[in-house]
Amino acid sequence: MFPRIVYESFRHQARRKLLAGIAIALGVAVATAMIAVATDIGDKINRELRSYGANLVVTPQEDTLDVEIGGVNLKPPSDGAFLNEADLPKIRGTFWHNNIVGFSPMLPVTVKLGSGSSAKDVTLVGTYFNKPLHFGKQDFTTGVRITHPWWKVSCGDGRLEDSPAACGWPNDDSQNILVGERLATKLAKKPGDTLDVAGRQLTIFGILSTGAAEDDEIVAPLALAQHILGKPGAVRRVYLSALTKPQDAFATQDPNTMTPEVRDRWYCSPYVQSIAFQLQEVIPHSHAEQIRQVAQNEGAVLSRIKGLMLLVTLAALFASALAVSAAMATAIFERRVEVGLMKALGAGSLGVSAIFFAEALLLALVGGIAGFSAGALLARQIGRSIFNSQISIEPVLFPVILAIAIFVTFAGSAAAIRRAVKFDPVFALRGEG
Amino acid sequence: MSITGTLPHTPKQVADRRARAPHTSMFTRMLLRAAVLRRRRAAAALLAMIVAAAVATAMMNLYVDVQAKLRSEFRNYGANVVVVGKDGQSLPDDALAKVESATGPGAKALAVPFSYAVARTNDGQSVVVVGTDFTRARQLNHWWKVSHWPHDPNEVLMGTLAANIVSPNRQPFELTFQGKVVELTPAGMLQTGAGEDSRIYLDQSEFQNWTGVAPSTIEVAVNGTTPEVETSIHKLAQLLPSADVRPVRQIMEGEANVLNKTRATLYAAAALVILTSALCVLATLMGWVFDRRRDFAIMKALGASERLVNGFFAAEAAAMGAVGAILGFFIGIGIAVWIGRVNFHAPVVPRFSVFPYVFAGSVAVALISAILPITMLRRIQPAMILRGE
Repeated sequence: MFPRIVYESFRHQARRKLLAGIAIALGVAVATAMIAVATDIGDKINRELRSYGANLVVTPQEDTLDVEIGGVNLKPPSDGAFLNEADLPKIRGTFWHNNIVGFSPMLPVTVKLGSGSSAKDVTLVGTYFNKPLHFGKQDFTTGVRITHPWWKVSCGDGRLEDSPAACGWPNDDSQNILVGERLATKLAKKPGDTLDVAGRQLTIFGILSTGAAEDDEIVAPLALAQHILGKPGAVRRVYLSALTKPQDAFATQDPNTMTPEVRDRWYCSPYVQSIAFQLQEVIPHSHAEQIRQVAQNEGAVLSRIKGLMLLVTLAALFASALAVSAAMATAIFERRVEVGLMKALGAGSLGVSAIFFAEALLLALVGGIAGFSAGALLARQIGRSIFNSQISIEPVLFPVILAIAIFVTFAGSAAAIRRAVKFDPVFALRGEG
Repeated sequence: MSITGTLPHTPKQVADRRARAPHTSMFTRMLLRAAVLRRRRAAAALLAMIVAAAVATAMMNLYVDVQAKLRSEFRNYGANVVVVGKDGQSLPDDALAKVESATGPGAKALAVPFSYAVARTNDGQSVVVVGTDFTRARQLNHWWKVSHWPHDPNEVLMGTLAANIVSPNRQPFELTFQGKVVELTPAGMLQTGAGEDSRIYLDQSEFQNWTGVAPSTIEVAVNGTTPEVETSIHKLAQLLPSADVRPVRQIMEGEANVLNKTRATLYAAAALVILTSALCVLATLMGWVFDRRRDFAIMKALGASERLVNGFFAAEAAAMGAVGAILGFFIGIGIAVWIGRVNFHAPVVPRFSVFPYVFAGSVAVALISAILPITMLRRIQPAMILRGE
């Protein structure tokens, strides 16, 4: 009898059941989407924060002083220690290599522009633009186009628009250079012109705009800068852009004073400090340091945004729980006559409640499954339209969401069921109240 | 209607009381009595209304205010505008005052002057010495890790690299600039992981007494949206024709990027939450109106016109929407302030400008949820409803 009552109830009141089911599905969908977004937002924003550029810098251990004001290097060019370019691909061999978005070596060289008495000193920086490298079996590309996303290359007045191949980012193995926009204005040079740099005729491939010291400098492929300096394989410093975990008290501890167990935990957390530590291990005679302007602030921004989304998610969960229970309460309240009839025929309160709870359970299951799929789609859509990447839903979330849906549906129905059961069948059958 | 709770008054008392009560129109009385007699259902519907209005208010407030909050958070990244003398020249003496007047006081920009010189140590090592205002630099550059800020005359802040080379034992040392020698005492160490590490920082006035070099760079942290910052840059460029005013693209673009993504996510979340709470109201209110189909049928059976009945239910819904919106608005402001305090450690400023939207939205949702069941009921004969079918 029991299953038949439930079955017939769904068959005869299909529209009402559909409405309640839709309410549950909507609530669950919103809850699923918000939970998915909130759990993934940290990772997504962390990636967006990489647009601030490198957060780690690797320098030679025996580093000498930089004597540089406003982009002009006042130090003899061959002075000081260097890193070895051949060691750089090893960065991909560190424990957290998947968190390293990219790296760019830098080699500043002071060069003479022009010749004779009109010659003047300018800094030329050698770097990777988008260099293909390989470590072991991995192939990857890296360079300033990844680590310095605010660097923009233009073609000056657009004179070369008809031959776009001759303008833009130079190739990493070419002899072409980029000239900073202020320097280009000073020299009155355009892309396509040649420039006499340290006695070589180099072709200007584009005008570089960075809003910083590079606007007064020349940027060239690393190999060219090494050649001019006469030190093949030399790199002055390496900038690294890495996804890190916000720093906490544990992060700043000294790894040398830790017990092996604690040290392993520290080593296997993507703190900026532990990544720096691992970089020093793979690159010989190096010193890795966080760039505090970038590294220190991203943790704060990240935790603010995560906290905000968490609170908003709580609000969303609250609103959807309320919507579900409101729908259930209304649906049950409308069926007082039925309750009255059942009770008049001798059904006990327990039996009547059981029928309603069974119906609520069925609704919650169906609505929960539909809502979970809709919520997953919604989260995916949000991820694609806002972050241009997938927001993946953990499968673990499914039973959790379903349990929450059942709990909320039961909680929302409980009060209404209690009232319906308590209601005097005489009044209900007379259609009063 | 239930008569289980019998009235504690005799008919005479009731008649007396009604005679003494101020005369109200039938319409208002019906509205009030309906709410009083079914107070439980009415309270449930009103509660849903209040919660929805509160959640909507909180989300809108957050959406507007969080951007300002995040922007001030982003100012911890330091200057977003630099003012540099053209061709390495010093800036005019009044440059700092001009910068502050152009960007403040409303926007509260923080401007820090920097002047640079290359000095030599006793063993011939070149080192960059920077003159600055320590109080301002400390406010602007939160990420500077400083062991101790200088206070006394001739105390300097040593970049870690510079310290290792110039004064490895943290002893006082001498520097020479164009034949003039000063003796300086390291007060504390500065670590940033960038160019600052190889420099020595000295108080601006002492620096100027020694070298005679005036500030050539002013770093400015301008608060505000991208267009506001651009306006400030434009204003500064006009005020200081002898200087280059440039945005720090790294900071500006990074901020715009992160802020846009956060705003879009928050927007989507707010839309979802508001939609869900509107649906919750719709479900509850529709139930509450549908539940009163007997009132509806009796009114019609007694000869009420279609317009009167519709007007009655619409007025009831609108009143509920209005009351819910007003109460919900203040609760919502409270939630927003709480979130601001918990997450940003600064209260969210209540935005009363969102009130019209919340109010209009609440009334509209309430009206929709009244009209939908009424149009359904209109098709049914009153007799059928009264018979309980």
